[in-house]
Amino acid sequence: MPDALPADNVGLVTPRSMTFREPLALASGAVLSDYTLAYETYGELNAARSNAILLCHALSSNHHAAGFHSMEDRKPGWWDSCVGPGKPIDTRHFFVVCSNNLGGCHGSTGPASINPATGKPYGRDFPDIVVKDWVRSQARLADALGIERWAAVVGGSLGGMQALQWSIDFPERLAHAVVIAAAPRLSAQNIAFNEVARTAIKSDPDFHDGNFYEHNVIPERGLRLARMLGHITYLSDDLMHAKFGRELQAGSPTTGYEMEFQVESYLRYQGSKFAREFDANTYLLMTKTLDHFDPARDFNNDFTQALKHVRAKFLVISFASDWRFSPARSREIVRSLLDNNLDVVYAAIEANEGHDAFLMPIPQYTKVFSAYLQQVARQVSAP
Amino acid sequence: MSLRPDLAIISDWIRPGSRVLDLGCGDGALLRHLHETRNVTGYGLEIDDANVTRCIQSGVNVIQTDLDAGLQDFTGKSFDYVIMTQTLQAVHFPDRLLEEMLRLGNEGIVTFPNFAHWNNRVQLALGGHMPMSRTLPNPWYSTPNIHLCTVTDFEQLCTERGIHVLQRVMVDHAHHRSLGDTLLPNLLGKNALYRFRRRD
Repeated sequence: MPDALPADNVGLVTPRSMTFREPLALASGAVLSDYTLAYETYGELNAARSNAILLCHALSSNHHAAGFHSMEDRKPGWWDSCVGPGKPIDTRHFFVVCSNNLGGCHGSTGPASINPATGKPYGRDFPDIVVKDWVRSQARLADALGIERWAAVVGGSLGGMQALQWSIDFPERLAHAVVIAAAPRLSAQNIAFNEVARTAIKSDPDFHDGNFYEHNVIPERGLRLARMLGHITYLSDDLMHAKFGRELQAGSPTTGYEMEFQVESYLRYQGSKFAREFDANTYLLMTKTLDHFDPARDFNNDFTQALKHVRAKFLVISFASDWRFSPARSREIVRSLLDNNLDVVYAAIEANEGHDAFLMPIPQYTKVFSAYLQQVARQVSAP
Repeated sequence: MSLRPDLAIISDWIRPGSRVLDLGCGDGALLRHLHETRNVTGYGLEIDDANVTRCIQSGVNVIQTDLDAGLQDFTGKSFDYVIMTQTLQAVHFPDRLLEEMLRLGNEGIVTFPNFAHWNNRVQLALGGHMPMSRTLPNPWYSTPNIHLCTVTDFEQLCTERGIHVLQRVMVDHAHHRSLGDTLLPNLLGKNALYRFRRRD
């Protein structure tokens, strides 16, 4: 945390939560009798309630998108580079809402929550969740906040797919969808990486078939491995080379198997940090949700047909060095939007940062993102 | 905002309410003008970052892409017009792109600098060097124009490929209608504007 808050920061924010008593019927057929969503908001809702933007977070993220929780925080929210006064998602113009997805582990109901039926944590008994369920749970949050129609639903990676699902499931409830570094569905390679991560967690003896809570342990080794693998796929080869090269960690011997490269130390640090903060069952659930995302499945595998009722205007953004969800995957989305004669802007950003580029203040990315949302702000404020 | 004169001429060719694809749409000025004055909808394709940003600022549906990579993201005859201004001479396969234009659109519109303009002929014949002018401002080693052609060349290609020219206008370097429009176009016309369709 800097000594003083920068002028383009939303500042100190307080997470909130809302509990929904009306049962939620999930796509799997299971029913959640009640559930809680943790969320944060930035900016002010206007009198017409027309300036609200919903942010959808990525796989391992949460509702803390921008600002700081306390002056002691070392880092701001996960999308602080894009949310704040004067930033692309400009909180001077928009009321921004970000909720932790159902099944999460940062305040929303998830596997670590107490199952009212048993009085114990759900663990592996937490029902399967699909992206559609997230969208429906968020629609109820929108109802409760008095937001009938989002000015935009915005997300990167898995969050981009969630924005896409919003446009399919509630065509009248959003004016714009911003889909960044996403895909119409995962490739076999994407699913393979997720399966290795899940196997790492499940094969940790401390996992106890998902009921590790009872044993007062966490499958730390498994989570650490899962995160290390994830991180490799989030970065590009070029970025890793630029960031770490073959530099050795300070104090490392320069010969023998004991020598340690900086990239190893980085992955170990990221893995350990994540293992302490993230719930193993949530990780399994979120990766499965991601694997199963496939709007075309209900339409004979025809993604264009899946979009036939969509009304939103789209901004689609990809990054050249993203090999997890490459530009070709974004173009699949664009192609189906074009086939439906929808309004679409597509920006192919030259960036070295890999998949994680969507979280970074890359100049051309910031420019197109800002330009697009300024148009949206103009439409919102037009009489 | 006043529109470049050649774009104003093209605009007059477009029926109100039609759907347009603009290949190499630049800052989106033509599409914006067509939308505001003729209720035209459609998309622009552009590769340059700064131009893409300007298109977004103008509310133009821009797809960032390289025309040389092809137009396979578009299917069927989904446009009334496919337009390409001052770009034909800068792509790798102008002939294939012309075919693509008529795959996607009922009519095509292209504009290009006429390399057979008398001033170019003089520079090459008497000066012995590659022509440079306000229309062709770059020296040979850094010009983006890798497939320059003449009015005669273009019309010959159209004949070979079964393309029927519906309209032709010649304009000067400021893009105003010029003498070459009526008299000796291949000699006196600096820039050529064509509207064409597939021969039935």
